[in-house]
Amino acid sequence: MKRHQDSPADRLARGLGRIGLAPGRARLAAPGAARRTRASVTVNRPRDAVYAYWRDFTRLPLFMDHLESVETLDGARTHWTARAPGKGTVEWDAELVRDDENALIAWRSTGEPAVGNTGTVRFTDAPAGRGTEVRVDLAHDPPGGRAGVALARLLGEHPTQQVRDDLRRFKQILETGEVVRSDGSPEGVRATRQARQRPGRPLPGRPLPAAGAAGAAGAAGVAGAAGEGATA
Amino acid sequence: MKAICWAGRNAVEVADVPDPAILTARDAIVRVTATSICGSDLHLYDGYIPTVRKGDVLGHEFMGEVVDVGAQVRDLRVGDRVVVPFPIACGHCWACEHDLYSVCENSNPNAALAETFMGHGLAGIFGYSHMLGGYAGGQAEYVRVPFADVGPIRVEDDLADEQVLFLSDVLPTGWMAAENCDIRPGDTIAVWGAGPVGQFAAASAFIQGAERVIVIDRVPARLDRTRAYTGAETLDHEDVDVLDALRDMTAGRGPDACVDAVGMEAHHPTGPIHAFDRAKQALRRATERPHALREAIMACRGGGTVSVVGVYGGAIDTFPMGPLMNRSLTLRAGQCHVQRYLAPLLDRIRDGEIDPSFVVSHRMSLDEAPRGYELLKHERDKCNKIILRP
Repeated sequence: MKRHQDSPADRLARGLGRIGLAPGRARLAAPGAARRTRASVTVNRPRDAVYAYWRDFTRLPLFMDHLESVETLDGARTHWTARAPGKGTVEWDAELVRDDENALIAWRSTGEPAVGNTGTVRFTDAPAGRGTEVRVDLAHDPPGGRAGVALARLLGEHPTQQVRDDLRRFKQILETGEVVRSDGSPEGVRATRQARQRPGRPLPGRPLPAAGAAGAAGAAGVAGAAGEGATA
Repeated sequence: MKAICWAGRNAVEVADVPDPAILTARDAIVRVTATSICGSDLHLYDGYIPTVRKGDVLGHEFMGEVVDVGAQVRDLRVGDRVVVPFPIACGHCWACEHDLYSVCENSNPNAALAETFMGHGLAGIFGYSHMLGGYAGGQAEYVRVPFADVGPIRVEDDLADEQVLFLSDVLPTGWMAAENCDIRPGDTIAVWGAGPVGQFAAASAFIQGAERVIVIDRVPARLDRTRAYTGAETLDHEDVDVLDALRDMTAGRGPDACVDAVGMEAHHPTGPIHAFDRAKQALRRATERPHALREAIMACRGGGTVSVVGVYGGAIDTFPMGPLMNRSLTLRAGQCHVQRYLAPLLDRIRDGEIDPSFVVSHRMSLDEAPRGYELLKHERDKCNKIILRP
């Protein structure tokens, strides 16, 4: 493979890595190369149920940590809003490019190329009633412009870990009906929280709304509020 | 509320912390009526479990009264008296469906941390490090109990707290230690560790059909209690060579199965070996002092089973793999899958087959917990098991 000369972004990334602010190993991709992230999980539910949950893109923010919302524009097109590091958001439109019922869903961004990204998720039966194997393959274009850099950083310094955490939450929701929370990790599975736990003691005050809103909507409500209360 | 918090190595403190609140719809809040200090809490106290942080509320053996439930909790009501198992389990993953609750795939929000240390994730455990979930523990006035329909078992009022509290951990842990031995008629079972888990393993081994049970320790008061309440024979490893004694007692066969109810901080009668393990552990070059496990493997008869319920946290050195492999031994281990045993063991308590309260040596208020940890650590005052009442 041809060696690329260091771009300024590469040098910045390496510098940040040296002072412990990452990206470290998962450095920003060389110019022209899309960055790919793969992860998988086994969910103890039938394939049609697992597929159906993912197929409703508006539910992705319930388990994808960096997403704020996904709205349906029409049958095949969606509008995605992601939290940018620091303040603000990044937005883009996406279209469904393939939908094989109970087997595969693929999407790609449209419009502004700076936030170019694609995703594929495959669903297969795990052997002998062990549920459904879910395999995710994400790719996004190399950073270009402010929004592109922000998108690259959304997937974080450890993108594989982040996608695995997303899949862990996906599994928790499908198997238990909720995102699992503890006093040390009140917002649930989150890569950054693994390194910066709050003490394993109850949260101060009553920062959380009463639980009880059923199912996924409840999980979303608690997730938002727990994020507020967890900055202690 | 008042709670016992980890304050660094060899230090716990009584702290004022916020009351717990319902975080998800499947939670319950329990007002603790009785809790206890577990031998495995000493591994935290001694600083050998990674990812414990200052301010963490300790305690994983507790019971009490349900005072609040989330909207999706179906099987528990406010006012129910419950014993809560130490592993938190979701009830729906593959592991839970196969009764492997302590390796629940969902209950640990910090499973990625556990993967780093353990290869794969583990269930969350109350008050037992952030690697195991960062859950506030039960040595407190109130506890948030996740998946309240899956863990807690209701108990009627006619049984005393001291009779049922140990369903939360040490009784089923001892029972599982014996069950993993696959006891057949005529079997001799040797148990390393005469703490409450070893005592319950001995009692359970007899109920499960053992001919003979031999318990090994170095603390006379514990050996006395073990003989008095379980009917087991005992060996003090400071007085005898354990391997010789076991060979002699079984006419050369060796015990059919051996239980390690000691874990990572064993003592060895031979000064230099203990000092070597102790020095490595103190320097954090090894996390364990696995003497009991080594001896259990050496003692066990060919084709026998070594059952490990003593807690280990990391890697061990000088593991006798040759004896294990060449003599066809089976090694079985695990944090107890408590939920599996709650109902059957509660029945045995109710039927009078076993009264777990015999392990209790001290009763204290929550405020006295720091003294309790010291008593238990240094085996003072014939300390065997401490119950704390908030």
